[in-house]
Amino acid sequence: MTRLNTTYLGMKLRSPIVVSACTLSEEVDNIVRMEDAGAGAVVMFSMFEEQIRKEEMRMEAIMQSTNNVFAEASDFFPDLDEYHVATAQYLETVRMAKERVKIPIIGSLNGITPKGWIDYAKQLEQAGADALEVNIFYIPADIRLSGVDVEQRYLDIIKLVKQTVKIPIAVKMNPYFSAMGHTALQMQEAGADGLVLFNRFYQPDYDILQLKVVHDLAYSEAAEIRLPLLWIAILSGQIKASLAATTGVQSATEVIKYLLAGADVTMTASALYKNGISYITTMEKSLLLWMDSMGFQSLDYFKGSMNQSNVSDPTAYERANYIRILEGAKK
Amino acid sequence: MNKQLKAATLDGNEATAYIAYRVNEVCAIYPITPSSTMAELADEWSAKGTKNIWGNIPDIMEMQSEGGAAGTVHGALQTGALTTTFTASQGLMLMLPNMYKIAGELTSAVFHVAARSLAAQALSIFGDHQDVMAARTTGFAMLGSASVQEAHDMALIAQAATLESRIPFIHFFDGFRTSHEVNKLFLIPEETIKSMIDDELVFAHRKRALNPDNPFIRGTAQNPDVYFQGRESANTFYDKCPDTVARAMDKFAKLTGRQYKPFDYYGDPQAERIIIIMGSGSETVAETAAFLNAQGEKTGVIQVRLFRPFSIDYLVNVLPSTVRSIAVLDRTKESGASGEPLYQDVLTAIVEAFNLDKIKSMPRIIGGRYGLSSKEFTPAMVKAVFDELKKDKTKNHFTIGILDDVTHLSLEYDPSFTLDESGWTQALFYGLGADGTVGANKNSIKIIGENTDLFAQGYFVYDSKKSGARTVSHLRFGPKTIKAPYLIGQANFIACHQFNFLEKVDMLTLAKHGATFLLNSPFSKEEVWDNLPLIVQETILRKSIKVYTIDANQVAQDTGMAGRINTIMQTCFFAISGVLPKDEAITHIKKAIEKTYFKKGKAVIDQNFKAVDQTLANLFEVTIPQKSSAKDKLNLVVSNRAPAFVKEVVARMMEGRGDELPVSAMPVDGTYPSGTTKWEKRNISDMIATWEPDICIQCGNCSFVCPHAVIRAKFYHTDLLEAAPDGFKSAPINARGFPETKYTLQVYGEDCTGCNLCVDACPATDPKDRSKRAINLRPIEPTLEQERRNIEYFESIPFNERSTVNFSMVHGAQFLEPLFEFSGACAGCGETPYIKLLTQLFGDRLLVANATGCSSIYGGNLPTTPWTKNAAGQGPAWSNSLFEDNAEFGLGMRLTADKHLAIASDLVRQLTPQLGAEFVGDLLDSPQKLESQIAAQRIRVDQLKNKLQQISSPLAANLLSLADFLVHRAVWLIGGDGWAYDIGSGGLDHSLATGRNINVLVLDTEVYSNTGGQMSKATPTAATAKFAAAGKRVGKKDLALQAISYGNVYVAQIAMGANPQQTLLAMREAEAYDGPSLILAYSHCIAHGIDMQKGMEQQANAVASGYWPLLRYNPMLRKAGRNPFVLDSPRPTISLKDYAYKELRYKVLTLTNPEEAGRLITMAQEIVDLRWKTYETMALAGAESFQPVF
Repeated sequence: MTRLNTTYLGMKLRSPIVVSACTLSEEVDNIVRMEDAGAGAVVMFSMFEEQIRKEEMRMEAIMQSTNNVFAEASDFFPDLDEYHVATAQYLETVRMAKERVKIPIIGSLNGITPKGWIDYAKQLEQAGADALEVNIFYIPADIRLSGVDVEQRYLDIIKLVKQTVKIPIAVKMNPYFSAMGHTALQMQEAGADGLVLFNRFYQPDYDILQLKVVHDLAYSEAAEIRLPLLWIAILSGQIKASLAATTGVQSATEVIKYLLAGADVTMTASALYKNGISYITTMEKSLLLWMDSMGFQSLDYFKGSMNQSNVSDPTAYERANYIRILEGAKK
Repeated sequence: MNKQLKAATLDGNEATAYIAYRVNEVCAIYPITPSSTMAELADEWSAKGTKNIWGNIPDIMEMQSEGGAAGTVHGALQTGALTTTFTASQGLMLMLPNMYKIAGELTSAVFHVAARSLAAQALSIFGDHQDVMAARTTGFAMLGSASVQEAHDMALIAQAATLESRIPFIHFFDGFRTSHEVNKLFLIPEETIKSMIDDELVFAHRKRALNPDNPFIRGTAQNPDVYFQGRESANTFYDKCPDTVARAMDKFAKLTGRQYKPFDYYGDPQAERIIIIMGSGSETVAETAAFLNAQGEKTGVIQVRLFRPFSIDYLVNVLPSTVRSIAVLDRTKESGASGEPLYQDVLTAIVEAFNLDKIKSMPRIIGGRYGLSSKEFTPAMVKAVFDELKKDKTKNHFTIGILDDVTHLSLEYDPSFTLDESGWTQALFYGLGADGTVGANKNSIKIIGENTDLFAQGYFVYDSKKSGARTVSHLRFGPKTIKAPYLIGQANFIACHQFNFLEKVDMLTLAKHGATFLLNSPFSKEEVWDNLPLIVQETILRKSIKVYTIDANQVAQDTGMAGRINTIMQTCFFAISGVLPKDEAITHIKKAIEKTYFKKGKAVIDQNFKAVDQTLANLFEVTIPQKSSAKDKLNLVVSNRAPAFVKEVVARMMEGRGDELPVSAMPVDGTYPSGTTKWEKRNISDMIATWEPDICIQCGNCSFVCPHAVIRAKFYHTDLLEAAPDGFKSAPINARGFPETKYTLQVYGEDCTGCNLCVDACPATDPKDRSKRAINLRPIEPTLEQERRNIEYFESIPFNERSTVNFSMVHGAQFLEPLFEFSGACAGCGETPYIKLLTQLFGDRLLVANATGCSSIYGGNLPTTPWTKNAAGQGPAWSNSLFEDNAEFGLGMRLTADKHLAIASDLVRQLTPQLGAEFVGDLLDSPQKLESQIAAQRIRVDQLKNKLQQISSPLAANLLSLADFLVHRAVWLIGGDGWAYDIGSGGLDHSLATGRNINVLVLDTEVYSNTGGQMSKATPTAATAKFAAAGKRVGKKDLALQAISYGNVYVAQIAMGANPQQTLLAMREAEAYDGPSLILAYSHCIAHGIDMQKGMEQQANAVASGYWPLLRYNPMLRKAGRNPFVLDSPRPTISLKDYAYKELRYKVLTLTNPEEAGRLITMAQEIVDLRWKTYETMALAGAESFQPVF
């Protein structure tokens, strides 16, 4: 499959189709299936620091609340010495995956405290992760925070993690920065070896009968690719960091578009939830068919060929393009 | 301290199991307090792959009862495996038949027994020798240990001796006092264990086993011609046994330096007065004798180690020739005997020795009883016994430690007498069961015992409630082995971990002069003094006590440890007690935290470290003023309205002064009055349920689910509000056809545990503030006085007439008076709401047979009990027989009810001329199905009694004694799954099969909840439990289908949290059905590892996942030609995982063994699917698919 070779975070991948962080990777068997289906790499499901801490504390609280309470029962569960906490389970999954597959395994970490970032990043590296995806899911709900404050928070985390581990790191970023491009550049300078565009913030909905906030996860749609597509097209060629596109990859069409924009890899999860892991093979076949029809021997023939610096009309990505669209809409 | 020896701090159970596990191949077990820990440890070690001295992993098998365990032991022994078991009390009683066999067949084995009281006038989980004494006739040898170290050592000596002598051994030690005392001991190295066990004897044991390659038969039936001789044929084995034991002890001494003898003497070699005793009391006597001898007295003690075979020679050999008088102390009671067993044996031995000229003079011998049910046995009591022996006229068959004002057998003693305790640091800690105090203290003992040269001892006392239980930890530290198997009387250090205890317990009475007092207080160091009760202030001043204070709850809150103050208070203890240098202690604490939580996650470690670090900054010494500032408060233990027995007897127990009650205060036959919890206002929760009348829709859900019956509802005429106190809450009733009627939901705040189940069940929310419901948890303090007035007024409003209440609906049931209230069950208990409902429905005519377990403890453990009666004096009549026999016990109740009803009916017929035909017809033909019919029958029975009193005839007198039976009795058998699925399974099956009208309520928590969560046959696949650490691989028994297979048994499976209406319906149908009924009630439990506040929600999840389908099988429908099987819950809407992984019992396996967890949960899901399919098929089948009903 040399025709699909790509490089991401300095790693040679057999395919630009990468599985993004999702619960499918909780099972090592699934990771093996992903490799068999042709995935270039797998980003592990996210390790959420607060979730881990909460779970550890919850378990301990329940255990402790029942220990030494009555004369007849000093405890209610078998001895816990041999128990592994959620982190250990995660790391074990990484270790087992590394043993069973050849493709790179990218750990995904979502921390909340500096100590959490350092501790867990280290552990992931020790467990054998080939790279680390830093998933900074942060909504600046505190309206006193300025844009600079928020950006600095991201940069501090990137620096911290970069200092902690030797493996490459990618930053899963969101699009809500005043100057996306500049922020991306700053992230690269802070140590990011790659940028993953974009993190989809899970936005709440309301149940108008129960008067409750509803938190549900909607799969991404192909129509959502335009924002990441725009920014990959802008950043590609302007920054050195690897670029991964991760929203709306429902078929080979989106893979192709992202590659044309300059993405090194494209990531998908929704499509696999909908169609099964074997769908990676389908997408790959479609990609190859398209490449055949276009006469492209490898990704190098077209990757980034439609980014901002390569298109004949670079303003297509800027304000003029917007005006053109609006005018087009009038007709 | 010998640095070569490995020191450990263990309790007696672990010290024993450590050896037993290593010298056996098979272990058949069954949980029973206080021995359960031994079996649990063996199972855990086996699961972890720990090997015995031969390099193999012992096979641990949990059985359905101790009878089953003994049978399994017998079988394993007969086929050559080295086999052991662990038990106590009733468990040993169930083993007795097999023990005769095992001994009769001269089979090497050791049974390790944490000796415990027997259930007589009452059950007791605590320690004495009644159980082992009941086994003394089995032919087992009996070796007793007095301490944790001895339990460790004797376990090995017994094993060595049994292999050589071929006589099976009971190795026993005092339940709780030794089994649960944590003490520093020196572990026997593996090599020494191997040296003690002769492999040739092991081979010989195997060689005697049943073997098809060398067949023989054992276990024949014998006739008058040879049985007698056969019984005598093994005498020589018993004759040699004491020598065998002595040799094993000598060999052990050579290997370890610890010398024991079958009878050991301690004291003055020229002693004139001695005590003979066995068990932990020996240490107290030996230490007291040494103290007295130092003051010039001539006393001593013979500690009996080998009680059976009883060796006269070994006894006489250690008996000082100077002895003039002997007191033999038995920790047992043998009613009607001429003396207790040890006394009788010593008496016989001494007389025989004298007759045989083995002793020159005959000492005076008296016998006494002490320490039943872990009653304290102190040096003061020992001194009283020695003093008694000085008298010319001694009291024989005396008791010590109680006041017997009936038969006047008790000896007086001076409680202020103590030994020289100057070498010890003695510390007392008062905590709550849930606040981690005991756990932290066990940890402190380990820190000191295993990291320093100091010796450490810990003993922990719990009260009898499961919610809000108070714990007192007794810790001693000192430079020498601590031999003090009794509670601390004078402490250098006292810690109060809950500020409100100061009002309830006079703890500083146990403080030495100049002691240190550590107080967890919500007040600052400047404010705390003025908030102390007067008695506390005065004691502090009088005894010059140093006081330190910390707001541990705030520190816990700030460091993310909400509710867990244990690490904080432990740090305080080390910081100010001076037991260890502060910095060294804190380093040890942190190491211990890391060790404990290493695999439980960094978050837990971080939080604990944070708590330790912040503790010292928040710990302050309180400046003590010159004089007290508090006003004296009159704290009544119980209300003045309480009955005399409650005020005079029960209140003393509630105060913790039950030891002071004399024999005359005790009911002679174990009969106690109903309804005493109402007098014990425990105030265990700062947050209580609070009603919002304006939001409430009066659905009754809160009242329905309340485990402690603290939420009561009444409706009444508006006029009644005129006399109500200000602040009495009410709302117009939310029902048509009730003009001028008000509704009040009254919360009994002082009895509320703050469990939150009511809040979770409340469907009504404030439209303006969705977080506010019609019932919410609010602080108790601001409304306490107001609510006391409200409750008093609420109680003056009559309960609603049962005939005016539609209690076929949940919202109607709230108006029925609960006759089970304020129990000590866990906060948020999943069992008690069912029991409470049962009493609301049928309480006034209810007979309850209650199997031993959680429900018998929160239902029947003194001091106060929750089964109560209504204003007419009617209510549930409750009794607990045993664990294993509850179905049969309940069936017996039914037989009486039926028999006496039949006799009474017959007598009524015979007295027709005097009573009148119409009256007799009404009396005998009343269907008694509806409340109104029952009420009418009660009136008729009252009339009958009046009439009978006017008739002078034997028939009338006879009928008068049985007239109450004419009101139909509801017989309900209540118990947990341990009873119904395991130990009582056979009896339950048989009782259901009789077709008689018994109703069985199985409170299914799916484990043995009362003894600590051991697996039962109700434990589901994929869940972990004790004895199923690797996850249960076998499916849960389908008890419903088993009962349905009889055709004539009404069966229901219910879960109140999922469908309360179905629960109500099932209970009413079961009672209405004139035949056997079985209700399986899903009962969430702390043993599931859930947030108990969400207990009812989790019940709903169990049903939604299809794991716990709601069903009813009603034979009456079959009789009417319809399908009797009704599936009441919809098809599963969530996966098993979605339900199960909310519980630690399932979740832990995903952490210990994720792959196995995955396999098991998949299998469990398949089982759920299959079971659902089966039920669905049954629900859709025609009537002819089910058995016809006679």
